[in-house]
Amino acid sequence: MSDQLRAGPGSPAVRRTLRTGARRIVRFAVSLAVLLVASFTMIHLIPGDPVRASLGPAAPIELVQARTAALGLDRPLPEQFVTYVGHVLTGDFGTSFLTGEQVGDVIAARLPNTLTLALLATAVALVVAVPLGMWAAVRTENGRNRGTELAFGTATGTAVAVPEFLYSIALVAVLAVGLGWFPPAGKAGPLTYVLPIAALSVGPIAMIARITRVETLRELGSDYVRLARAKRLPAIRLHLRHVLPNTLTATLTMGGLLLTSLIAGSVLVEYVFAWPGLGLKIVESITQKDYPVAQAVILVYGAVVLIVNLVVDLVLGALDPTSEIKEVSA
Amino acid sequence: MGARTAADGGVEQAAGHVKKGPGRRGGVWRSAPALIGGALVLLMAVLAVVGPIIWGAAAERIDAGAILQGASAEHPLGTDNLGRDLLARVLVAGRYSLALALLATLIGATVGIVLGALPSVLPRRGARLVTGAVNALVAFPGLLLAMFTAVATGLGARGAVLGIGVAIAPGFARLTQTLAASVAGADYVAAARMLGVPRRRILARHILPNIAEPLILNLAQSLGGALLGLAGMSFLGLGVQPPDFDWGRLLFDGFTWIYVNPEVALGPAAAVALAGIGFNLLGDTLARAASRSSAGQRDTARTAPPERAGEPDPDAVLEVHDLTVSFPGGSTPVRGLSLSIAPGEIVGLVGESGSGKSLTAAAIGGLVPYPGTVTYGRLRLGGADVATLSGKELGTALAMVFQDPMASLNPALKVGGQLAEVAVVHQGASRADARRRAVDRLGHVQLPEPAKQAAQHPHELSGGMRQRAVIAMGLMGTPRLIVADEPTTALDVTVQRQILRLLREVVEETGAALLFISHDIAVVGELCDRVVVMYAGRVVEELPADRLADDAAHPYTRALVASLPDLDTDRGRPLAGIPGTQPAPARVGAGCAFAGRCPLATERCRSERPELVVHGLRQRVACWEVTS
Repeated sequence: MSDQLRAGPGSPAVRRTLRTGARRIVRFAVSLAVLLVASFTMIHLIPGDPVRASLGPAAPIELVQARTAALGLDRPLPEQFVTYVGHVLTGDFGTSFLTGEQVGDVIAARLPNTLTLALLATAVALVVAVPLGMWAAVRTENGRNRGTELAFGTATGTAVAVPEFLYSIALVAVLAVGLGWFPPAGKAGPLTYVLPIAALSVGPIAMIARITRVETLRELGSDYVRLARAKRLPAIRLHLRHVLPNTLTATLTMGGLLLTSLIAGSVLVEYVFAWPGLGLKIVESITQKDYPVAQAVILVYGAVVLIVNLVVDLVLGALDPTSEIKEVSA
Repeated sequence: MGARTAADGGVEQAAGHVKKGPGRRGGVWRSAPALIGGALVLLMAVLAVVGPIIWGAAAERIDAGAILQGASAEHPLGTDNLGRDLLARVLVAGRYSLALALLATLIGATVGIVLGALPSVLPRRGARLVTGAVNALVAFPGLLLAMFTAVATGLGARGAVLGIGVAIAPGFARLTQTLAASVAGADYVAAARMLGVPRRRILARHILPNIAEPLILNLAQSLGGALLGLAGMSFLGLGVQPPDFDWGRLLFDGFTWIYVNPEVALGPAAAVALAGIGFNLLGDTLARAASRSSAGQRDTARTAPPERAGEPDPDAVLEVHDLTVSFPGGSTPVRGLSLSIAPGEIVGLVGESGSGKSLTAAAIGGLVPYPGTVTYGRLRLGGADVATLSGKELGTALAMVFQDPMASLNPALKVGGQLAEVAVVHQGASRADARRRAVDRLGHVQLPEPAKQAAQHPHELSGGMRQRAVIAMGLMGTPRLIVADEPTTALDVTVQRQILRLLREVVEETGAALLFISHDIAVVGELCDRVVVMYAGRVVEELPADRLADDAAHPYTRALVASLPDLDTDRGRPLAGIPGTQPAPARVGAGCAFAGRCPLATERCRSERPELVVHGLRQRVACWEVTS
């Protein structure tokens, strides 16, 4: 903040945007470094010997020692860390305890499935929620239609409160097993996408609709809307052209945050639908004590979240010319 | 919704509180979501206490003859793979689920509050480090943090609780930090710091007690989150391990059989969902109760329309007769107002805040906010009833200018586009033509480089330039009347002059009339042809502006004029004011509204309201003492 103040009010907006962007990238790099250290530490925090825990008590001592040496876990910690960072930076995430697969290959195969699910769910959520929230705002402006307000509040409040894995279970039980309309699990063809996306997007729909309503109500009360009404603009033009753009910053910020929470939420949903993504892998690797896989998947998950956050920040900074000014005055 | 006081009525400002509802703090507890939330949480608490006592034995009873049964009279939710009754198991598992959630929340809150408070006692560099770490952690999804911790601490209930605790902590830390920072700026903390009180003591004595309420509130909300998080962990097999069971573990077991028998997953799923809903609704209610300030009431009492009276004046641009604006609850900020404006005339509408002048403007423009009700004997613009005018006619014949030019242009749209759309929407102009006209109009209000300004967003223009742009917007049509509601109040003095001059020029050029609303009687006296003085929703006097100084008759007008400093004013004495305050719109009695502050008031003034009657040339006054 202080360097922005030093820039003074006279400096061009472009430079300010660039500076903010640079600061965000630095912040991102620091978070990434923390994440790297944390994921390295994880395997050393495991109580007892992780190799022994993974191979089971019956494994011969020679095998455990050989595996420990192969993983480099017998080397001094600083050396291990340097090796680890070097490997990660070159895309080498090690090999699975159980299957001997390259962890990097596993991730490359699975990450796209998770991202597809999360992105589609975010898109569905935005497309459904923004009109819903705007409609609710217009209908309940200044406290009219108390019934709608109550129904909207209760419905979205309830929808937000139920976690996505319960939606998943309910959808599987009713639409897949009960009615047989959709395949209950797996990833094969467009139909298999429907239930996971539905389960993932219900909560975000409710959340975004609420935010959109509040934002829209605030804009509807503003002077420029009063003036636009004095101009006698048709309602559709007033709402879509004047109000909507002003609510988008908050809505998209929320959408960005939700995307990261969706990526994490997909762990549970993938588990229910046996969706071949990273989330399912993380659960499998933890329960099977396949620590190299768990370590790498958590690292990748974290990095994806950080990248998404960074992109959302940068995009919003570029979209909203006034956001930096707000940040300075905040 | 029960009886309400009339005092908190009046015009509700949309700013600030978006949610409005029952007036009292206790009111939020009477709403349906609050009741449901409270009931669900209460039910869960009761279940946690008595569940294992009543159904403990049934939950553990293995029945080899009833393995994996569906719902039946004996087992309403079916049985598990050892023939144990699932309903009993769900009811018993409540205690463990709740206890683990409570534990995780306490761990998270303790760690979080310590982390959040640290920056206020640590040296600068340490504080920045902690803040940075918290910021990095907050961005991280809770479930991943929980899984990470669970891996490091080993699978099982302990790992899950620690994991969820760790997941909750960053949120708490951020909240504590934000709250502490806001309190740290308060005067009493600054005072303590000046007195040399050690920082640790300031934290413990001044900061923490003052932020306790929102933290406790967050505790209630986190508890619900922890419960769901733990259920998720157990459902993934990363939490509670057999033979123990919580709701998540029951769901894990049931899910295995979901393809065979979907209802075995139903019980635990419903329990988790209800718990989540209960905590969420309760948390919402608590948050609302804490932040709610009293809002207005909303009965929908309607005032009877006043009688029509008098003949229409065909020459007037604007003719208002017996205009009343009322709000539910008996508040009537504008009462029986009559006003007539000739073409090219500049009429000043003066009065202090709350006298109803802005609502009069809103009523003329048809912009009175819901739930206000407008009634009138006559409200004609250019000879036609405003109710019969189309949007196109109103949109081009009536121009409005509001107080704050910073707020009255849409920040997301370019200035030129906001002007051009009037022509596009109402006059069927092509986009290019509309653009050209917009630039032309901007040039007309002496905006320098109009083509460049038209392509800019409002925040790139200064306040005075924006107000010019708003006026230019009104000139996109062919305005018969310009209503300017305090158009210069938000501007600095030199810019004020320019805008006033511009308004006068626009009137001279276009022949439009101007209704200029202001609380500043000096400006009005200078700009206007005629002055209309409002007090508590009524016109108390109207007279030509040039006679304001000498011939003002109503005690209120005279007091307004007298309050103006001039060259003779003794600067050693305080400026003259009017003692007392204007009565609230709901509290105006039967007599003259000004009687309470009037030095001339008699008994009659308090009991009987004076009508507006002719008093000298082109002057009308509503005052017993002056006219009788």
